[in-house]
Amino acid sequence: MRTPLFILSIFLITNLGAKTIQVAPGASIRQAIDRATAGDTVLVRAGTYYQYGIKINKALTLLGQDKPILDASGQGEIITISADKVVVKGFRFQRTGRTSITDWAAVKVLSAKYVQVLNNHISQSYFGIYFSNADHCTARNNTIEGKPSEEQNTGNAIHAWKCNHLSFSDNTVKGHRDGIYLEFVTESHMQRNFCQNNIRYGLHFMFSHNNTYSYNRFRENGAGVAVMYTRNVVMQHNHFEQNWGSAAYGLLLKDISDSKIEHNTFDNNTTGIYMEGSSRIHLAYNTLQNNGWALRLQANCSDNVFEKNNFLANTFDVATNGGTVLNSFTGNYWDQYSGYDLNRDGVGDVPYHPVSLYAMIVERIPAGLMFLHSFVVRLIDESEKVFPTLTPSELKDNQPRLKPLRP
Amino acid sequence: MRILLRYIAYDILRSRMIIAYTLFLLLMSATMFSIESNPGKGLLNLLNIILIVVPLVSIIFSTIHYYNSYEFIELLLAQPIPRQRLALGQFLGVGTALALAYLIGVGIPVLLTGFSAAALSLVLTGVMLSFIFVALALLAAVRTRDKARGIGVALLLWFYFALLYNGIVLFLLFAFSDYPLEKAVIAFVSFNPIDLGRILVMLHTDASALMGFTGAVMQQFFGSGWGVLYAVMIMLLWFGLPLWGSVRSFSRKDF
Repeated sequence: MRTPLFILSIFLITNLGAKTIQVAPGASIRQAIDRATAGDTVLVRAGTYYQYGIKINKALTLLGQDKPILDASGQGEIITISADKVVVKGFRFQRTGRTSITDWAAVKVLSAKYVQVLNNHISQSYFGIYFSNADHCTARNNTIEGKPSEEQNTGNAIHAWKCNHLSFSDNTVKGHRDGIYLEFVTESHMQRNFCQNNIRYGLHFMFSHNNTYSYNRFRENGAGVAVMYTRNVVMQHNHFEQNWGSAAYGLLLKDISDSKIEHNTFDNNTTGIYMEGSSRIHLAYNTLQNNGWALRLQANCSDNVFEKNNFLANTFDVATNGGTVLNSFTGNYWDQYSGYDLNRDGVGDVPYHPVSLYAMIVERIPAGLMFLHSFVVRLIDESEKVFPTLTPSELKDNQPRLKPLRP
Repeated sequence: MRILLRYIAYDILRSRMIIAYTLFLLLMSATMFSIESNPGKGLLNLLNIILIVVPLVSIIFSTIHYYNSYEFIELLLAQPIPRQRLALGQFLGVGTALALAYLIGVGIPVLLTGFSAAALSLVLTGVMLSFIFVALALLAAVRTRDKARGIGVALLLWFYFALLYNGIVLFLLFAFSDYPLEKAVIAFVSFNPIDLGRILVMLHTDASALMGFTGAVMQQFFGSGWGVLYAVMIMLLWFGLPLWGSVRSFSRKDF
């Protein structure tokens, strides 16, 4: 260890009562924070700081100049914020401690309001940014990257518990357990985030009502995106792609109600959308393409409306596990539709039955998947199309479109 | 036997039928890969066609070939050649010619567009299927004297392996759907070379993820060294047994 050279320069600037305290490499950020009063700015100059356990308990702006590195050397938490209106901006956080007793994070916000975490880069941390009982907080433009090991000793990139009015935007989160995890979070907005290669879910929320998710991209996550026990969700313009694996879903909806899922793209997922116990969801203008199952609709879903979606090049368009149909399909485009349109209004004159006989067989006897892509399956599917007997006759689109909708 | 093999193979390779077959396969492979931008999907579409066409052409072509060269066989029988060699030469000649046609028609385009485990298994599966169905055809032809009946039996065999068998298995799966069938499925697959070939290729493509738990069990089984050995052994049995049967019948047959 080198003898630390303490160069602590303090500049007092009487600028509207707030002062800026500068910290140079080697100096203690904690001491600078102790010296500051509410409303001050602590400016951390470029360099590497091997420090952790920095507690911010007054309304400060902690500003990094040219991305200084805060390295906890695997020891503990880096920054813990417990005061309102704190801003943390422009840092590189790395190597937080890992333990199963405490959820150590690069930046943790505990019972504080209006905190902003901006433009940071976090790597090799246990949890990335952690909000607990924090309202009106913002996380924007952060990049959080991890090297995942097992599910139990990898934390979530952005974790929020019991918050409202949060805003997460333009973050890139990779290689954690869940990309974005929300529990009891309400009235929040998630925009333009990119979640990739997380070992469990890209986005995971439970009991988080009235939230809006838009323009996010969820790619190659272990099990895709899973959302549960929530109402009034709005999901628009998101991309769910490449979530491929025997237990992966583009979007898994369990007990979701009164929601809107619109203008999203589901590309190359084992299952595009999986719905269980969900009701009153309006799904429109989505494009589902190249999926194994575009839509798996369990029979306990009701009053969902699927309209004006595009179904392109999926192995199975729709699969269901029962004969009762309590959902409606209208005006979708199905690439496997082979009907005709005599009056040329762009709507097919013959209804389309999106559930193939083979999809029904497979739902009842999963071992039947051994016949995937075999000749006999094509044959029975074609004959079922001519004389539908076993597939739910009420599950149909009465107004199938002849041309795909523009997304 | 080697001279006989060479003679028969050359003779077949010059025939119009086999050239048409090669061209058809070439055309199919080329279209599949030009329509599909994703080579994995192209491969699956091609697999679908190959699994119908290769067994059908192999079994019908070699049955007809056997009956058409009946007089030639009778001529050779008059020579001091062991009957076993004659039968083996007949089998290897036709089999080699069909396998070569397949290698040119499918093997070259598939391996050129993208060398992968799936592509390699598709090529190997096709070659194996060619030999298996030539052996089955020979068995059918040697055992039936009448040409029309022989072709009928060959067609029935193809129909059984391509369609009927799957129907029976599907029925069984339905009947025993209350029981865990994942391991039984491996046994079912082993009793049909076409299914075995399809599964072997599919397990190497993205489609394996769609097969869920059944797929995972098969992946675990066929993915291991023993599983591959098992699959190859089953394939070898599938042409070994009919070949042995046909050679035996041929040796004992009263021409």
